[in-house]
Amino acid sequence: MEFFKIKKDIPFMSYGKITTSISLVTFLLAVFFLATKGLNFGIDFTGGTVVEVHYVQPADLVKVREQLAAADMHDALVQNFGSSHDVLIQVPPKQNIAGAKLSEMVMDSLRKQDAGVEMRRVEFVGPQVGKDLVENGALALLLVSLGIIGYLWLRFEWKFGLAAIIANLHDVVIILGFFSFFQWEFSLSVLAAVLAVLGYSVNESVVVFDRIRENFRNMRKADVAEIIDNAITRTMSRTIITHGSTQMMVGAMLLLGGETLHYFAMALTIGIMFSIYSSVLVASPLLMVFGVSREDFIKPEKTEAEEVLP
Amino acid sequence: MNRYPLWKYLLVLAALLAGLIYTLPNFYGESPAVQVSPLRASLKADGALLERVSNVLKSAGVNPEVVALDGNSVKARFADTDNQLKAKDVLAAQLGDDYMVALNLLSRSPQWLTGLNALPMYLGLDLRGGVHFLLQVDMKSALGKALEATTGDIRSTLREQKIAYSGVSREGDALLVKFRDAEARSKGEAEIKQRFADYVLNAKEADGEFILQATLKPEAERRIQDSAVQQNLLTLRNRVNELGVAEPVIQQQGVDRVVVQLPGVQDTARAKDILGRTATLEVRMVDEERQAVPGAAAPFGTDMFKDREGNLLLVKKQVILTGERINDAQPGFDNRTNEPAVHINLDGVGARKFKEATRENVGKRMAIILFEKGRGEIVTAPVIREEIGGGRVQISGQMNTVEAQDTALLLRAGALAAPMEIIEERTVGPSLGAENIKRGFDSTKIGFIMIAVFMIAYYLMFGTISVLALGANLLLLVALLSMLQATLTLPGMAGIALTLGMAIDANVLINERIREELRNGVTPQAAIHAGYDRAFGTILDSNITTLIAGIALFMFGSGPIKGFAVVLCLGILTSMFSAIMVSRAMVNIIYGSKARLTKVAIG
Repeated sequence: MEFFKIKKDIPFMSYGKITTSISLVTFLLAVFFLATKGLNFGIDFTGGTVVEVHYVQPADLVKVREQLAAADMHDALVQNFGSSHDVLIQVPPKQNIAGAKLSEMVMDSLRKQDAGVEMRRVEFVGPQVGKDLVENGALALLLVSLGIIGYLWLRFEWKFGLAAIIANLHDVVIILGFFSFFQWEFSLSVLAAVLAVLGYSVNESVVVFDRIRENFRNMRKADVAEIIDNAITRTMSRTIITHGSTQMMVGAMLLLGGETLHYFAMALTIGIMFSIYSSVLVASPLLMVFGVSREDFIKPEKTEAEEVLP
Repeated sequence: MNRYPLWKYLLVLAALLAGLIYTLPNFYGESPAVQVSPLRASLKADGALLERVSNVLKSAGVNPEVVALDGNSVKARFADTDNQLKAKDVLAAQLGDDYMVALNLLSRSPQWLTGLNALPMYLGLDLRGGVHFLLQVDMKSALGKALEATTGDIRSTLREQKIAYSGVSREGDALLVKFRDAEARSKGEAEIKQRFADYVLNAKEADGEFILQATLKPEAERRIQDSAVQQNLLTLRNRVNELGVAEPVIQQQGVDRVVVQLPGVQDTARAKDILGRTATLEVRMVDEERQAVPGAAAPFGTDMFKDREGNLLLVKKQVILTGERINDAQPGFDNRTNEPAVHINLDGVGARKFKEATRENVGKRMAIILFEKGRGEIVTAPVIREEIGGGRVQISGQMNTVEAQDTALLLRAGALAAPMEIIEERTVGPSLGAENIKRGFDSTKIGFIMIAVFMIAYYLMFGTISVLALGANLLLLVALLSMLQATLTLPGMAGIALTLGMAIDANVLINERIREELRNGVTPQAAIHAGYDRAFGTILDSNITTLIAGIALFMFGSGPIKGFAVVLCLGILTSMFSAIMVSRAMVNIIYGSKARLTKVAIG
């Protein structure tokens, strides 16, 4: 079986203008949503309390809300979580109550209403922890970016490192844009997924770059655009199949992994989709812009005449 | 050309065999168990304890499956929870207060595996259920306490040396010692410099007074903070022992934070209550000269506290003793009056200080103050009848038996060197934990099957080899995680699934390369060789970039995310091995020996 029997190289580089404008528009849209709507940060980052409870019978959310309001928690956010039996209660941090006590108060007041309620999960994050997590997350993002640029610089050339990281940060911004547009909860595990995507989708660029380097050595007569077109065309089959396989795993997680893994898998899905696009159609045109050339790989050889000179 | 030297085949075989052995314990599941561990350092879990536990169980008619010594505890495994609970009750009743009897789960894997140190993966709290707390130690208050103690020490030193001073006070982070003239100050400076090496001294003059300003050296500050955290860790350990948790984790995190993990704990309210009891204990003298006035500020040098009846008392600021000097406290009865009492045993330093204080203050009242969340309450303020030496102290009066027990418990669990606050809590109920395991397992299984079906259909024999290599990858990864006893969390399980999804990339790269070479008219043997050879560089590059992301996540991630990072990093290593070495070995065995190979099944 073979999906991709492409006889002639597809002239990707001549589509440069179209692809660049497409990515520019998606990128700007993502930035726009991030700027106007912002991210819906989970309690990992904002601090606060989350209590997940399970009822034997389908839960009556109105009653739960009333009960909590009676216990002086008017600002509690009550919603179903996964099934009608499961309820998620979010309480923002309170000034005068020690955070750890809050979950007890929630459980106590729910038990008064229905003794059969089962505590499934409690998460309380103090504001100082949230601040640390934001800082650490930003640091991790920075470190990953620098590490990847550094490594690609070492293996290829600075132009490749820069092109790859711009292409992949563009993916990251788009993932964030999706989370902003749909106001999906941005939690610690989503951040982990974003960083994993950053490491993973650079693979894509690396594979194409490897081919480009090889082509510079083998296709002596071709110009730069032809070389890049050939590299992309010949790795396309691998690109689609690899990402398809990874997406099978991630898709299984998205559908079967439950609520906890849902947004983690969602971030990965978006990341995988866009990394195919960006590494092929953003990173490579960028290479052209940076002016990659044969001389970047093939060092001018010394002539023999020099060696026989006294 | 496609043949491996024998050692490479053997290496692959050995790795797979080791992988199998260390993965195996994960399949046996766990049984309810009871764990008995000594609570005092002087007691050891040894053969004698093992026999004692066995005998107690036998005489009670509870039959354990296995009773074994494990580290510093004896563990007994049972067929069902009924027997487990019965055993716990019997053991707790028979062994007394010196041992902690806790419920636990024990792997059912056979003895020979355990003998090889092959243990099942260590499940994180989100998979097995339990409580995770992050506590912040209030360092400011630890330093404040040290400064307060030094104030008293400087005073007594100057008095002993007969150096005239007009006052010692604390101002922010500094201590100010005031003298009337420069001569006294230089004497005092010499004396203080010699005795309090932790302080930097600074002489200055203000309002006609000669002042010596003492501030803590940075390294001393660090030492005080460090010992405060250490003291708190110790205290937390004692408190957790009270809870009877089988495998608690109590660790320092960063400079001023402590992680407490209590697997399997259901009653979070009680756990929080005992841990969050940020009680510190201080013994101070009651100010007898002045009267407490309700509503008014406490006079200089004193603090105002309420006692249990709600009466106000003025207490001197100087601290005679803190809770850390208490070795042991037991509830009991007064020998003479038969009233409920608390017997306290002080350590050497504490005993000496207590003796001095009681000698100088016979007939006066001494207050024992309990600080909880910054608020002090006088537990009791007995009159000192005589000098008390030897470090044995008895507190009695105005207590019933329950109060005596409570007070003793508080004193025994030790006071914290500095108050702590819970700044993060993550509790997962056991049912959710079990569900998380099922979800993680299911998504990995379904994903794996889908990839397998696709790969075999698309690449035929080479696809089959790729899938087998992917299976080997899973085996090695699980074995490695079991071997290292790294904590497996739900994100960690997601990491396993993700690494598998990503690992197939290496095989796809190789297979595509082989196809391409074949299309260019290269002979099958040469195509296989070139495919593996050329793909290697690319595989290495792409894995290293993912590894960079994994390492960054490990460095900056916390809790469950760290679990994800560990799996990601280990998964990259195992996938490199299995995608390149294991799959190549299989290809070599199948095709390598055929000299005239005209066709390979690669689709």
